Amino acid sequence: MSTGIEKSEATGEEDALEALLADRAIAHDDHLNAPGFVVNPTDVQDVLTDLREEAGYDHLSCVTSQQYEDRYETIYHLTKFADRTDEVSVVVPTSLSNPVSQSAEPVFRTADWHEREAYDLVGIEYEDHPDLRRILLPETWQGHPLGGDYDQEKPQLVTLTEHENPIQPDHHDQESDTMFLNIGPHHPATHGVLHVKTVLDGETVVDVEPDIGYLHRCEEQMCQQGTYRHQIMPYPDRWDYVSAGLLNEWAYARAIEDMADIEVPEYAQVIRTMSAELCRIASHMLALGTFALDVYGEFTAIFQYTFRDREVVQDILEELTGQRMMFNYFRVGGVAWDLPEPREDFLEQTRDFLDELPAKVAEYNDMVTSNEIFQTRCVDTGVIDAETVKDYGCTGPVARGSGVDYDLRRDDPYGYYEDLEWDVITRDGCDNYARVLCRMQEVEESAKIIEQCVDLLEDWPEDERTVQANVPRTLKPDADTETYRAVEAAKGELGIYLRSDGTDKPGRFKIRSPCFSNLQALEEMSEGEYIPDLIASLGSLDIVLGEVDR
Amino acid sequence: MSSDDPRQTIHDSTAPSTDTRDSRIGEGVDDRFNSKLREAFGASPFILTKFDKFMNWVRGNSMFMLQFGIACCSIEMIHTYAIKHDVDRYGAGVPRASPRQADVMIVPGTIVSKFGPRMKRVYDQMPEPKFVVGMGSCTISGGPFQEGYNVVKGAEEIIPIDIHVPGCPPRPEALIYGILKLQERIQHGESAPVVVKPYELEEFGDLPEDELIQKLAGEIDEDDLVMRYNWADSP
Ligand code: SF4
Repeated sequence: MSTGIEKSEATGEEDALEALLADRAIAHDDHLNAPGFVVNPTDVQDVLTDLREEAGYDHLSCVTSQQYEDRYETIYHLTKFADRTDEVSVVVPTSLSNPVSQSAEPVFRTADWHEREAYDLVGIEYEDHPDLRRILLPETWQGHPLGGDYDQEKPQLVTLTEHENPIQPDHHDQESDTMFLNIGPHHPATHGVLHVKTVLDGETVVDVEPDIGYLHRCEEQMCQQGTYRHQIMPYPDRWDYVSAGLLNEWAYARAIEDMADIEVPEYAQVIRTMSAELCRIASHMLALGTFALDVYGEFTAIFQYTFRDREVVQDILEELTGQRMMFNYFRVGGVAWDLPEPREDFLEQTRDFLDELPAKVAEYNDMVTSNEIFQTRCVDTGVIDAETVKDYGCTGPVARGSGVDYDLRRDDPYGYYEDLEWDVITRDGCDNYARVLCRMQEVEESAKIIEQCVDLLEDWPEDERTVQANVPRTLKPDADTETYRAVEAAKGELGIYLRSDGTDKPGRFKIRSPCFSNLQALEEMSEGEYIPDLIASLGSLDIVLGEVDR
Repeated sequence: MSSDDPRQTIHDSTAPSTDTRDSRIGEGVDDRFNSKLREAFGASPFILTKFDKFMNWVRGNSMFMLQFGIACCSIEMIHTYAIKHDVDRYGAGVPRASPRQADVMIVPGTIVSKFGPRMKRVYDQMPEPKFVVGMGSCTISGGPFQEGYNVVKGAEEIIPIDIHVPGCPPRPEALIYGILKLQERIQHGESAPVVVKPYELEEFGDLPEDELIQKLAGEIDEDDLVMRYNWADSP
């Protein structure tokens, strides 16, 4: 359940933090989820380094930027890989006339893209940033759409130009020649509209730069325009759209329930847990199928098999929610409705699926993971070690495949997960193979969770089946309440930062997308490797462009 | 017979040689040879127009789709290609990775400003005749993201679209229905007219000068291709 962190426990730590930051903390700006310290724009690197080195906050989960009437603000949401519930926010205000703040990139690698996004959408500039350019919008865009007084009606111009070889000049005198290669934005191996600028030396990748923004659909703007109660919930379905909708809905539900202090009935939590895990299975199946397609052109068997299994999951979810993909099933304070009648049939259908799953997983292991060609392509390619994973803020199967034991379902419990028997899967291969195996085993763990939920639902006393808490028709959280809440989505930590401005719509709605951070690590995984391994690494990251670009 | 005088027999008689066939069929009704193909050809000597008709019929029944995934709708599109729905049953199965091999493009998702020029480029690379199926509300109007600052209000602002399949996302069945409707249209020789679209690729130097152009003049070359979005005029 999303009740903020334990206050009593936090106070002791807060004192310690205060002592650590001393007079660099110029004020307090506490969020519901964490204590917040306001620091000067010139102290950012200092403060973050201390928090990381001295206090152990090694996970920069998200960077939120926003514009108030009188100032810009950047918020660094820090937490620990070892203890997710231990959070702290560093708030950096800058003036409207001179929105320059120190970059956090030298401390946390992951800040690179986050700050570029802040610059792009809100307009804050970061000193010391290695490469401050627009990231989501085209380079020629005018204005910063999420900053104040942006005029959406103004015309814009977008170019279609050839890309140049960025490192050709420094290779002039060398014997070997480099070649620039565009992969995407329309390319079968990029899983959507991703553009990867690649420089090759022979077959070796010397430089790779993902160019994103080809699906930037203004999700944050859309959510800021919607009312908390009903209008926001349909959008999360469209972030990570490979049937992971309910996992995303949960992220928003958790944030708003935390903010408006809503207690979700236990029965609804069980339904949520069950349906979310079904989504996870569907999502991991797609990851496996497309990965097989990427690495050994497997369109006829594995790909079709995974889609066959996805159809089964989608049928179950359709029974429950009425939709195959865009479920819109969670509500603030619960779920939309109870299980479909007759309940027995629905539970039976789910059980049938679970009964058949082990045989299917065995089949996949037979055909995919124990396949020699597959192993040659995956073992020891796309290697990324645990330290780099943490530096880049990678989460989900990408982190767990590199031995980082981090799963929000266990580390920051919500829903009904705490009361169920299941394990967090970690593997220490650090390569493409480990990530794939990790997903496969997670499917089995999800099946365990679903099975227990089905048992619970079956025996749930009939008069205690409350699917929704009592939530007022219009939600108006107190002005200036801020919270950052995350859940474990299919791809990793999906977080939502919410700030209320006293109306029934959020003042700022920021999405921390796991794919965004994971994709940033692509260069670490593929530079120096062969180009086919780059494709494999990209596949094993399992990105969804809807979530990368939002 | 030597190839030097291959036409000899035809000069002798223009009547189709049906002797063998007749003796094989024997007595009684048999319409094995009254195929659709034969109907399409008919008995008329005007080959040219009839050949058009024949080509349309062939085209409709052997559509080569472009493998083109954009957003959420593409997941349902993949499901349409995959097991259970299997659009291959309608001769439109295996998607082609290159636009140069494809003649039908399904646009499955939201078009944003940065992708607009690229989509136009991909469309231009497809050989004629080409057809487009717009899948989902996003390609009709921008769908749920219609009010977004970065979202093109429908794919039809950029390329001509033959069939719109509404839904968010449309079910695979709906997409199949759309594909069948497109087949029908192709068989009748219809296609969406190619007209000047609100958003076209133009050379930067050709654009009428205004504030925006002046501002960007330093960054963009005269002969670079650009697409100008006049958001205020969009539907
Ligand atoms: S129509 Fe709906 S499902 Fe399709 S791309 Fe748009 S938002 Fe996604």
